[in-house]
Amino acid sequence: MEEERVVQIEDAEFSLEKEELYTATQWQLMWRKFKRHKLAIVGLVMLLILYILGIFCEFFAVYDPAKRDTAYIYVPPQRIHFIDESGKFHLRPFVYGLKQESDPITWRRIYVEDKSIKYPIYFFVKGDKYKLWNLIECDRHFIGTKEGYLFLFGTDESGRDLFSRTIYGTRISLFTGLVGVFFSFIIGCILGGISGYYGGTTDIIIQRIIEFLISLPSIPLWMSLAAAMPKNWSPLKVYFLITIILSLIGWCNLARVVRGKLLELRELDFVTAARLAGANDWDIILKHLLPNFSSYLIVNITLAIPGMILGETALSFLGIGLRPPIISWGVLLKNAQNINTIALQPWLLIPGIFIVITVLAFNFLGDGLRDAADPYR
Amino acid sequence: MQLSYLLRRLLYMVLVLFIMSIFSFIVIQLPPGDYLTTYIMTLQTQQGSVDTAQVEALRKQYGLDLPMYQQYIYWIKNMFKGDFGWSFEWRQPVGKLIADRLPMTVVISILTLLFTYAVAIPIGIYSATHQYSFGDFFFTVIGFIGLATPSFFLALVLMYVFNRYLGFNVGGLFSAQYIDAPWSFAKFIDLLKHLPIPIFVIGLSGTASIIRIMRGCLLDELRQQYVITARAKGLEEKRLLYKYPVRIAINPIISTIGWVLPGIVSGATITAIVLDIPTVGNLLYTALLSQDTYLAGSSIMILTFLTIVGTFISDLLLAWADPRIRYT
Repeated sequence: MEEERVVQIEDAEFSLEKEELYTATQWQLMWRKFKRHKLAIVGLVMLLILYILGIFCEFFAVYDPAKRDTAYIYVPPQRIHFIDESGKFHLRPFVYGLKQESDPITWRRIYVEDKSIKYPIYFFVKGDKYKLWNLIECDRHFIGTKEGYLFLFGTDESGRDLFSRTIYGTRISLFTGLVGVFFSFIIGCILGGISGYYGGTTDIIIQRIIEFLISLPSIPLWMSLAAAMPKNWSPLKVYFLITIILSLIGWCNLARVVRGKLLELRELDFVTAARLAGANDWDIILKHLLPNFSSYLIVNITLAIPGMILGETALSFLGIGLRPPIISWGVLLKNAQNINTIALQPWLLIPGIFIVITVLAFNFLGDGLRDAADPYR
Repeated sequence: MQLSYLLRRLLYMVLVLFIMSIFSFIVIQLPPGDYLTTYIMTLQTQQGSVDTAQVEALRKQYGLDLPMYQQYIYWIKNMFKGDFGWSFEWRQPVGKLIADRLPMTVVISILTLLFTYAVAIPIGIYSATHQYSFGDFFFTVIGFIGLATPSFFLALVLMYVFNRYLGFNVGGLFSAQYIDAPWSFAKFIDLLKHLPIPIFVIGLSGTASIIRIMRGCLLDELRQQYVITARAKGLEEKRLLYKYPVRIAINPIISTIGWVLPGIVSGATITAIVLDIPTVGNLLYTALLSQDTYLAGSSIMILTFLTIVGTFISDLLLAWADPRIRYT
């Protein structure tokens, strides 16, 4: 008797779940499938954190990224301690002060922890003044010390805090990806749409152009275009030119996806029906066809962003992309270009880890979205 | 293989090269002022003054007094004669500078291409036949990281690791004592010691994506019914695997050369700059920085030429290897 009831309840639950499945919209089904992709969720969370860091970089940075301090040049990353030299545990983490010494062999300036001075780390601490998004004046920072200094990632050749600079670089590097993809998305949609919808000679010409662009080595091409940029341009102009250069090649894959999907869809009955009902071409493309493959577009956009970020980083690293005073991860890595610098100051490579994490996260997310885009499979 | 297919492909390649030559010419023309102006300025600071006759002679020599399209024709004409122009920075003919670096560029590109496929295909087969095993998981992780790491960053990290823990300097292609030495067996061995790191760095991202493609293709193939039939008939597992599914799965891999090769040339450019390897890509970079316009234009021309010819050859190979490819 008891067993039977359990079975019945299970059965009822099962059918309830089934009913939900049958009545779910396509987007609900996709979300369901996406949630099961653990790595994609990890990627999504990582990207959310990175974008929040980027959007509020003034707040999360410890110092003004341009603040130089010649007393602290090439300071290695400070260690955060919970237990002090006498073995006592502190709930509030702290860093030790720094003592300057010279290396007995090479006579280089080195920094050692001065165990007699402790700088406790506080949240929401008062620090350098800044204007959030150039609008709101504020002086609170997410973390910091009330006195002394906090160099989580060490400092660079003019004593600027690398942690703060990396956080500021997050904003530029992440949004270069978005802006670049936005441009390629527009070009890709228009040309891919024309190509797929009209077919024929137009299609052949556009496909040849795409084949041509894809068969070219991108970095040398980007390099030559970027190097032709006048040296006296304002940072904002440089920024837009670089993103446009990047999207000149980036649109190809998006155009291919749009075209392929359109070729498939335009043969379907509902398109014929719309045409018979008197809808014009653009109405059909925008109102009827586009919603049908928006999920594929999202997947491909997600997968196109890392390419943009890598391109920007590579160009800036070579010194022909973004230039200081703009801070991007590539600009920061430019300081770590030769072996002598890296051998002595390996922490200058830290911004590179952010690049790897970001691209990884986008790839994970894109993979999960790709699986979810086709929820019926 | 049909002759018309070959001809059409050749014609297409010539057209592409023509477009690229225009692009390269634009690259030469884009920077404000020409290199000659800069050159004259340096001459002025060195010698105090330059007589106008000398300037005019230089202008004539390079056809800089002609209208744009005539300059282009002049440039192309000279290129066919083997004269690529003069590098003001190096004070050498551009043709010689490129020719010096061309063999190494080709060797590195081809070796990287071979490395990519030699590593990716076996790993792809392993991952597909051992789906969800530890090895598969391991290679998937490595693959994802390989795709996410910019080649220049990988080069920097390897430079640091080798320098710090092995006391080995990975920059360049030769140790200091061999750079200017004539070719000898010892120099060759020294080259072999320096080659693996750049090849690994350049090839990693391509390898990672081909592993994923190979794995996917082979998995699709293994699910086919003929595999089950063959297995049911008692065909030995190894023979079954290599005789049919692997062969079919490799076909789309051959066609990936079309985008792997541009990727390699691209990656080789930036890696060569970081690791200080004398390739055409590296030459292009220094030329762009110093506005050495003829050198820059010719370098990008040669680089794209290499890529396009490589892709062309791979297309022919594919058409030859797979009779199902339509010659259209």
